[in-house]
Amino acid sequence: MSVVSNPARAAYDFPMKDVRENFPAPLLYIGWEDHLMFCAPFCLPLPPETPFGALGTAVLPGIYGYHPDFAQIDWSAVQWFKSGQPWTPDPSKSLAENGLQHKDVIRFRTPGLTGIQGSFS
Amino acid sequence: MDTRVEKKKLGLKERYAAMTRGLGWETSYQPMDKVFPHDKYEGIKIHDWDKWQDPFRLTMDAYWKYQGEKEKKLYAVIEAFAQNNGQLGVTDARYINALKLFIQGVTPLEYYAHRGFAHVGRQFTGEGARVAAQMQSIDELRHYQTETHAISHYNKYFNGMHESNHWFDRVWYLSVPKSFFEDACTGGPFEFLTAVSFSFEYVLTNLLFVPFMSGAAHNGDMSTVTFGFSAQSDESRHMTLGIECIKFILEQDPDNLPIVQRWIDKWFWRGYRLLTIVAMMQDYMLPKRVMSWKEAWEMYAEENGGALFRDLARYGIREPAGWKQACEGKDHISHQAWATFYNYNGAAPFHTWVPKEEELNWLSEKYPETFDKYYRPRWEFWRDQAAEGKRFYNMTLPMLCTTCQVPMLFTEEGDASKICYRESDYFGNKYHFCSDHCKGIFDHEPEKYVQSWLPVHQIYQGNCFKPGTDPTAEGFNPLMAVLDYYHVNVGRDNFDFEGSEDQKNFAAWRGDPPPAPVAATTEPGAAK
Repeated sequence: MSVVSNPARAAYDFPMKDVRENFPAPLLYIGWEDHLMFCAPFCLPLPPETPFGALGTAVLPGIYGYHPDFAQIDWSAVQWFKSGQPWTPDPSKSLAENGLQHKDVIRFRTPGLTGIQGSFS
Repeated sequence: MDTRVEKKKLGLKERYAAMTRGLGWETSYQPMDKVFPHDKYEGIKIHDWDKWQDPFRLTMDAYWKYQGEKEKKLYAVIEAFAQNNGQLGVTDARYINALKLFIQGVTPLEYYAHRGFAHVGRQFTGEGARVAAQMQSIDELRHYQTETHAISHYNKYFNGMHESNHWFDRVWYLSVPKSFFEDACTGGPFEFLTAVSFSFEYVLTNLLFVPFMSGAAHNGDMSTVTFGFSAQSDESRHMTLGIECIKFILEQDPDNLPIVQRWIDKWFWRGYRLLTIVAMMQDYMLPKRVMSWKEAWEMYAEENGGALFRDLARYGIREPAGWKQACEGKDHISHQAWATFYNYNGAAPFHTWVPKEEELNWLSEKYPETFDKYYRPRWEFWRDQAAEGKRFYNMTLPMLCTTCQVPMLFTEEGDASKICYRESDYFGNKYHFCSDHCKGIFDHEPEKYVQSWLPVHQIYQGNCFKPGTDPTAEGFNPLMAVLDYYHVNVGRDNFDFEGSEDQKNFAAWRGDPPPAPVAATTEPGAAK
């Protein structure tokens, strides 16, 4: 806390509110680079055994499919990032096998697609 | 005949001394530090409480007299407004949504400020500070009441105001103002003063009250203008108190400087994030515009705030750490915030809309560097989609910043095409932030923010459904269950302004032609 000088203060040790155990499935945050019509990255509880490849075929169409760019995505050319760093997931393996843990953040960039009239929308 | 007695009249200073004399005392059978344990635990050193000068020397009798006169005027205006159906004189029913935002997100903060000052009024050893905090506590309670009374008139006619207290504790975006004040109230007493009296009242409330109230005046809402003026005269007193208390703390001991600077850094940034909703109100929600957010920022923050921090330099205080980033944000945050509410208008109890063509042009003119490049194409696309019956509603929950609790909508400094992502690891659990400054606030006292009640996470934890809800039942619709828990009247409080009950009623009451019919939307969950 903002306590600076109280040597007698008690330890401040309480359970964190957002630990994995409190959710039905681990949370995964996903953002689509250059497409800010979706105002913020999404937060999704996803079973760890979900195949990574199912993101592109089953999960993302439901949340990003409204965008005219979505149908044009070449999934083989998509660049992935994990915590902002370039990252190469294996689509045939599960989220957990790809090393994704509770509250990890991943983003994908779709080269050549930069939103409505190139406005990053 | 009685002899006339010359009654000696006390001056302000003497009357203040007389009225507050004896309110403080040295304890005899308990140590003072045990009776006032909170005014030392933050590390702030006060050597002479008598140096505390309440700049107004306000006493209870003077307070009642002065405020009583103001109340009479205020309630006379509210009464006249109600009797004359003043709600029909506003420019456009879209304007009412600014009032919804006010009663939902600002008025409850007055109540929190009341509670906060009542609390710290007990904490200070010096009675001058205690009396000042008590007076502010009463002020803030009055603001909460007068705002509620003034806006309750609109509540009779428009949607989106009927459960503002219930919403404040539950609805996702209201966790932003709520967490701001809960963070302040759970700090120590000096941090609370720095957060509320100085950073919020002194540095930022001009940006809140002046645009809101001049917006009300420009849009024909004299009732709101009047409560705004009634509150604003107190605000200027609060602001003066804010600057005086900062100077007092800094003058007492050089060791106080680094602690206070850190609080200023923190609370400037938290206040700036909170004011995002004011930015969008100003640029998007007022049918008649006063000035753009960017212009308001330049006048009230860059000019006035800049001068303030130059003035405080002699105490060793520098401008807040996030100052530069906040100034850069003036070109972006209103557009990013309104787009966010447009995205999530299925779950927000006020209406949003695509700006009309002349409003888009106004925004292009006010934001020549950014609006056409980044934001206009988005609005034109959404406008065309809505015309085809495909009004966009984002149905998936967003990622939030752990500190300010705003969805992660802010972009990188210098690059509005990239969302700003930051993260920290705390005992193996990841936490995410919208900016370096929100991350910095978390990293300094993570124990506090790992307890944050983040609405999105709470929904996923199952804590935002009414008791007895079965999320495993067939056809369960989580959004509808959450809106039921919120007490949102689906189809009346939420969704687009075009086609809303507010829009239709306003036209009917004024005898205007009925609004053009809206193409049926095809979005799931958005059917009306």
